[in-house]
Amino acid sequence: MKLLRDTWLVYLRYLGLFIRNPAWVAIGVLQPVLYLILFAPLLKSISASPGFPRGGAYNVFVPGLLIQLGLFGAAGVGFSLISELRYGVVERLRVTPVSRLALLLGRALRDIMSLLIQSLILILLSLPFGLNIHLGGLLVMLALIALIGLFMASISYACALWLKSEDSFAPLIFTATLPVLLLSGVLLPLTLASEWLRRVAAANPLSYAVDAARAIFNDHMGDASVTKGVAIMAVLAVGAVAIAARNFGRAVS
Amino acid sequence: MTATDLLGADAAVTVIEARDLRRTFKSRGGDVEAVAGVDLTVRAGEIFGFLGPNGAGKTTTLRMLATLPPPSGGEATVAGYDLRRQPDKVRENIGYVGQRGGTDAQVSSRSELVLQGRLYGMAKAQAQERAAELLAVLELEDAADRQAGTYSGGQRRRLDIGIGLMHRPRLLFLDEPTTGLDPQSRARLWVEVRRLAGAGTTVFLTTHYLEEADALCDRLAIIDHGRVVVEGSPDELKRQVAGDLVVLGVDGDAEAAMRLLQAQDFTREATLDEGTVRLYVDRGEAAMPAILRLLDSAGLPLQTIALSRPSLDDVFLRQTGKSLRETAP
Repeated sequence: MKLLRDTWLVYLRYLGLFIRNPAWVAIGVLQPVLYLILFAPLLKSISASPGFPRGGAYNVFVPGLLIQLGLFGAAGVGFSLISELRYGVVERLRVTPVSRLALLLGRALRDIMSLLIQSLILILLSLPFGLNIHLGGLLVMLALIALIGLFMASISYACALWLKSEDSFAPLIFTATLPVLLLSGVLLPLTLASEWLRRVAAANPLSYAVDAARAIFNDHMGDASVTKGVAIMAVLAVGAVAIAARNFGRAVS
Repeated sequence: MTATDLLGADAAVTVIEARDLRRTFKSRGGDVEAVAGVDLTVRAGEIFGFLGPNGAGKTTTLRMLATLPPPSGGEATVAGYDLRRQPDKVRENIGYVGQRGGTDAQVSSRSELVLQGRLYGMAKAQAQERAAELLAVLELEDAADRQAGTYSGGQRRRLDIGIGLMHRPRLLFLDEPTTGLDPQSRARLWVEVRRLAGAGTTVFLTTHYLEEADALCDRLAIIDHGRVVVEGSPDELKRQVAGDLVVLGVDGDAEAAMRLLQAQDFTREATLDEGTVRLYVDRGEAAMPAILRLLDSAGLPLQTIALSRPSLDDVFLRQTGKSLRETAP
């Protein structure tokens, strides 16, 4: 009960900051939109090639973009935390009886909300290009994005609390995210990949999220890959939350 | 047992009791003992100052007492609760204002105050009411709904203090509250801190300003290299050093004047320097009338008389072998 109340209060603080500066939603959605306009048309010509999944270029590409949005959109949230560490905000909150888990969840909730708004914008913008999705699929997709957001935001906050400096945080987070992204088949399906690349990708949990997303957009909601992708991301999110919440409870020098 | 012990029972309630408090942290060169066994007693309602150069361990000690880093050793009771075993209880009863403040530039003071109150369990209306009250007291009403980034240094600091006071703590920690403030803002803050103490809040602050420790604190501890070197009221500490100095300008036989004064009980030491007599005495304000009477009846006319008291820097110098003014940034 106290955890829920505290989470809500922390969420409201960051929601207030978000509302003061909603331009971030537009900036966040800009990159995937550029992919949509400048890169997706290239896929049309190869979508007929052997190995390319069924469903048309946009139903293959947009799910990947959504996963990418979840991953990169949440990867950078640690930057704001580093500036708060510098201003003493985290320290001040840690001296109150607020739940340490709430300090993380309240923030992550705001980040997830921002991601979901961006995802909806992206999906809406893709509809004219021929994207198909029904309500049930949309809801599962948003849940999957929320889990990826929670996972990635927690990792990002944990790293920020650990490194306490933008100079080391930025290279770490972006260097670590890029291979995860490339090995997940976000841009082009891994069915096009060679055998060794597919094996490496199989070890990347995010590739299961991408598989799940593509199955959802191909109207294969009952597909085992959907349950698998959601379950894997849920487990990862819980683990990341546990690590990050512990970091919030630890001494911040 | 003195009368104060019997009558002023309240004044003797301790709010902080620390024994052999230690904090060691690891660095590449090995373990560093930032706080090396600090003993402290802070009584209810007093303004207690922690004076020392940068790196002496004052901030680390204050942060430990405010439940931030756990002590590596020792025991402490803060606001009636055991620091190690009941940090949550301690948190409910203390306010903390860190060196870096506690707000970022994009929030307004009203929203931060209300959030702070609600994190301590206040209902929304209750928190709003208390926030309005503090905004009025701290004269932040005009700026209440503006982003903190637009505030002056003094306003920002008052907001930090307001945040620390939202839940009416019994004990307020202020870590270098006036560092970086202009003289007017500093003076205002002193008034605010005195008003708080007058209303019964115990204030524990750190400072590296001698004037601040002297003017503001009821009692203080001087800390150097992670240890308390001396503790007492500013007057007591200064008296321990060498006593007060009375400088006399004598018109006529200065040597006779010196010999006469040297023979008095209140004189610890006397020196003569070209018509100027320097007397070190225990209590200058009590010695001066006697000096005037003696010289007058001996027919030795006095041109000037000046009393100078040792500063806390003299205390610091004596206890640590170095001047705080030299070590302060």
